[in-house]
Amino acid sequence: MTTTLYTSDHEWLAIDGDVATVGITDYAQSQLGDVVFVELPKVGRTLKKTEAAAVVESVKAASDVYAPVTGEVLENNAALAAEPALVNSDAQGAAWFFKIKIADKSELGGLMDEAAYKAHTA
Amino acid sequence: MLARDDQDSLKKTPLHGLHVSLGGKMVPFAGYDMPVQYPAGVLKEHLHTRGQAGLFDVSHMGQIALRPKSGKVEDAARALERLVPQDIVAIAPGRQRYAQFTNADGGILDDLMVANFGDHLFLVVNAACKAEDEAHLRANLSDDCIIDSLADRALIALQGPKAESVLAKLCAEAPAMKFMDAGPHKVAGLDCFVSRSGYTGEDGFEISVPAGDAERLARTLLENPDVMPIGLGARDSLRLEGGLCLYGHDIDTETTPVEAALEWSVQKSRRTGGARAGGFPGAEKILAHFDHGASRRRVGLRTEGRAPVREGALLFADATSGEPIGKVTSGGFGPSLNAPVAMGYVPTASSAIDTKLFAEVRGQRLPLTVAAMPFVKNTYKR
Repeated sequence: MTTTLYTSDHEWLAIDGDVATVGITDYAQSQLGDVVFVELPKVGRTLKKTEAAAVVESVKAASDVYAPVTGEVLENNAALAAEPALVNSDAQGAAWFFKIKIADKSELGGLMDEAAYKAHTA
Repeated sequence: MLARDDQDSLKKTPLHGLHVSLGGKMVPFAGYDMPVQYPAGVLKEHLHTRGQAGLFDVSHMGQIALRPKSGKVEDAARALERLVPQDIVAIAPGRQRYAQFTNADGGILDDLMVANFGDHLFLVVNAACKAEDEAHLRANLSDDCIIDSLADRALIALQGPKAESVLAKLCAEAPAMKFMDAGPHKVAGLDCFVSRSGYTGEDGFEISVPAGDAERLARTLLENPDVMPIGLGARDSLRLEGGLCLYGHDIDTETTPVEAALEWSVQKSRRTGGARAGGFPGAEKILAHFDHGASRRRVGLRTEGRAPVREGALLFADATSGEPIGKVTSGGFGPSLNAPVAMGYVPTASSAIDTKLFAEVRGQRLPLTVAAMPFVKNTYKR
């Protein structure tokens, strides 16, 4: 059973137990335009909540992807690094960025559910 | 509310309504509300321009007629030569040339196109500089010329391998024009100024059209299935692949034409020993750069990896040295090359093709190679 939460910086987290799969939202990809490069955090790196964790670059500009929670990177999406355009075609599916082991579940408290995120981007 | 007020203070080109109706994503640029992209997106727009034809609204740029008070265009040309290091007198009627307004320090105030229309000169200058350029012309050339700001005209660029066949349907003379030919022509029955030039590295045309007719002409061009509307995003990636300078980034008041690798644009007649050597602002410094070399130079840069190196990135001679040797002035992803491309300034000693350098991106040193420009072979019809 996974729950999906959202940050105000347009990351999504699919939470399964104490592991969160993180990506950027479909709204975010539509604002960025054609993605041409993605830089992912190394496996084993410990990220602090709100720290710049990954970079996504469109033809025009570079944007940071922030760690939505504190924790250790368990896996990164090699398929995405090889094919950055996945962000445009399947932002909230195949284009996940990394999986993180959630260090402190209380950090999830400040995140939005889907309805709140929809209102945030309306 | 504030955002709306800000938007209202932006100027609109005569094609603004067209951009909105085509779904253009509008952004502020040089005081204008301009489309950065359309629903197709930067990548498709860029590739469509290289493959077929793209239509660009460049009406924000300044169009100025320099009319000689004597009635002789050569007098306007001689007057303009006081402000630019180019040979303007030698521009034949119906021809156009790339030029720069220089300042007393040899820096570049703006870059522009100058065409000889037989009885007057026609100038196209950058949007962000047009007020200053016009003031500069009035302050310096008013004794010899009437400076006529053509604010009631739009400017449409049609660029790409299909531009000729598309325009031929509306302007029978277009196919006979060669690169940098320019002059008045009827397009779809309208009184236009057409030049065979552009800012993409592709063959193509720029069409100056009366503002009131601009939307009708643009819509007529867009009816051709080969033509797609192109926003500022792809305009930038196209010119970058074409190795073309963006004023305010790759050239500015701190760079001389020699440092900017624009020697080709300064004819021998204006250089030391030429028939009309010097006589333009900053001539002493610019001619010294021609005669003895400049200490730095604008170069093209290619990366090994896929990470774009963008404007402002510092350049280093090796992977560990402390002091930067230069800076990237334009950089991004080149869709036609499917790879990052950049340009920047480096010491002349490090400017040879294939020189290995490093750029600092997010705290890491990425290897770069000095590369020949244009990055994509241009397809001008000479």
